[in-house]
Amino acid sequence: MAKEKFDIIQSTCIPIEIDNNNTDNIIPARYLAFTTRDPKFYGEAFMHDLRYDANNQPIADFVMNKPEFSAAPSKGVHEIIVGGQNWGSGSSREHAAWAIAGYGVRVVISNSFADIHRNNLLNCFVLPVIVSREFQLELFKTIAENPQAEVKVDVPNQTVTNLTTGNSEKFDINSYKKYCLMNAYDDIDFLLANKEKIEAYEK
Amino acid sequence: MNTDNKVCNSCASPLPIEGEMPVGQRGSTLFDKIWDAHVVQNVEDGPTQLYIDRLYAHEVTSPQAFDTLRDKGIKAFRPDHVIAMPDHNTPSDQQERIDDPVGRTQVETLAANCAEFGIKHFAMGTKDNGIIHVVGPEKALSLPGMTIVCGDSHTSTHGAVGAIAMGIGTSEVAQVLASQCILQSKPKTMRINIEGTLPEKTTAKDVALYIMAQMTTSGATGYAVEYAGSAIRNMSMEGRLTLSNLSIEMGSRAGLIAPDDITFEYLKGREYAPKGAEWDKAVEEWKKLKSDEDAVFDKEVTYKAEDIAPRITYGTNPGAGIAIDECIPTTDGMSDSEKEQFLAMLDYMQFQPGQKLEGTPVDYCFLGACTNGRIEDFRAFASVVKGKKKADSVVAWLVPGSWLVRQQIIDEGIDKILEEAGFELRLPSCSACLAMNPDKVPAGKLSISTSNRNFVGRQGPGARTILASPLVVAASAITGVVTDPRSL
Repeated sequence: MAKEKFDIIQSTCIPIEIDNNNTDNIIPARYLAFTTRDPKFYGEAFMHDLRYDANNQPIADFVMNKPEFSAAPSKGVHEIIVGGQNWGSGSSREHAAWAIAGYGVRVVISNSFADIHRNNLLNCFVLPVIVSREFQLELFKTIAENPQAEVKVDVPNQTVTNLTTGNSEKFDINSYKKYCLMNAYDDIDFLLANKEKIEAYEK
Repeated sequence: MNTDNKVCNSCASPLPIEGEMPVGQRGSTLFDKIWDAHVVQNVEDGPTQLYIDRLYAHEVTSPQAFDTLRDKGIKAFRPDHVIAMPDHNTPSDQQERIDDPVGRTQVETLAANCAEFGIKHFAMGTKDNGIIHVVGPEKALSLPGMTIVCGDSHTSTHGAVGAIAMGIGTSEVAQVLASQCILQSKPKTMRINIEGTLPEKTTAKDVALYIMAQMTTSGATGYAVEYAGSAIRNMSMEGRLTLSNLSIEMGSRAGLIAPDDITFEYLKGREYAPKGAEWDKAVEEWKKLKSDEDAVFDKEVTYKAEDIAPRITYGTNPGAGIAIDECIPTTDGMSDSEKEQFLAMLDYMQFQPGQKLEGTPVDYCFLGACTNGRIEDFRAFASVVKGKKKADSVVAWLVPGSWLVRQQIIDEGIDKILEEAGFELRLPSCSACLAMNPDKVPAGKLSISTSNRNFVGRQGPGARTILASPLVVAASAITGVVTDPRSL
């Protein structure tokens, strides 16, 4: 996956107000049989069976197909998803994170994430931002009233702001992961740099 | 290249020594003990670098991890700690070939990657093969005190032997291949006690479905769960594996059960279990693997076994369940948003609020998966269908979790009972659990299934799934409608 360094992201959002939006929804199992790493392939499969019907036609009333939310993410546009509660539950498939990243999304905001999916997002350089239920519900309301409403995610200061209401919350991320995101640094590189410690542990 | 594919089957570290606690310090939980014994380092204001004793790999979540190693030009760091086998794409009707070229490529890619990186591989159609979460414990490749990971959320299964076992993503599979470590923040701990005696025809599956209905599918998110209490102590190893398997459906990555005589009896003599004096020494160590009397959990809940009954799900998450003789809830007291989602779920399932599901015709019956594909599950199924006949209206898939399970079914004559009742025993596979092989439930059809997820489209696009125990599925396969096994 492309690794873009994180700093401040200010963007319109895609509201996916589905609770327990499990990773089978985010990417159906049939897309898991492929061995490719092509981000575009997984991006096109993102939320596939809610976006398209059995004849592969867009389902008009699904949020991602509505004209105001259908534009593919680009700088300042739809780089942020506001998701429902318990986002990414179920299967550990990292393909779900590949689908989100491949679609072009850089931040997912929810009041709760499933543990495995949350790690997968971070490993794919998508930032999961945990906010209060109140903040999340206010975001859905703001976006429903104005699909052009913007949200600012400030990684250095660990704040997320609803620019329409001005309400802001601090979000948690440990210093190590923050460093990784801001410097496009991978866990695997950290581990490979710590081989001596691993060998010492084995003895 | 390492070609002899040796398997390392020991924990990398000695377990913590029992001794006096410093004054004021609380005792340790089982999870703490195993975790602490595997810490390579705690990264400052960051995750723990945790040593992994066992990595299992299957064909679906490993190819891109091997690519990462190739990109970086590195070898597998400890290939003897890794075991691989295909299970998701494996057909259950024959295993001579895979017709779907995409699935076939994935299975072939796993074999090629294992050869290249010197990893032991249990190939499709061989006696060693099966679903990873069935094969690992039954070959004693998963042992008490270990840290175990796999790119599969149902890795929680292996926690039933008294191990920390967690599902991980493909990036983490690459990390473990490269370094035998992962970076994880230590979860909080939760103990779930089930006290008392389970009622008639009520199984480990019902216990898990009951817990999920009580605490929702995110009730244990952020926690590692330990199951305890008299009902767990009296539960068979197969039952414990079923319960731990479903931990992830409560949101918990890990579900541990302290090892005891039932665990040791189950593991003893199995293929990769320590032998002779090594075994005795191992058991002495494993006996220390329990939460201290004064251990404090971040959360503790207790349920009464007597309150649990045979269960079914009615919705599209495993927490949307009821006792089999109850009705689907009504929308009373729900907020508008809750009501909208609840009704959308029932609309997909073609059910109504307040409806009773007993007596509803079913089209497909599935016995198998890493949840209920073990010998005890087939014994239970056979106990219900013995001397009866399968309903003509029902398609039944009976799929053992491994070739060892299949052999045991035959050795015990269970296959004959099934055959006389009109059922066919298929070949080991994940089968109809997740629609990645030919066993797919067609759109609109209703399946009653011993698998673990009833998500939209899980068993095939448009398929509708009711989750239940092997006893409930067996009773329903005989009558052709959702049936309480206590009524047969």
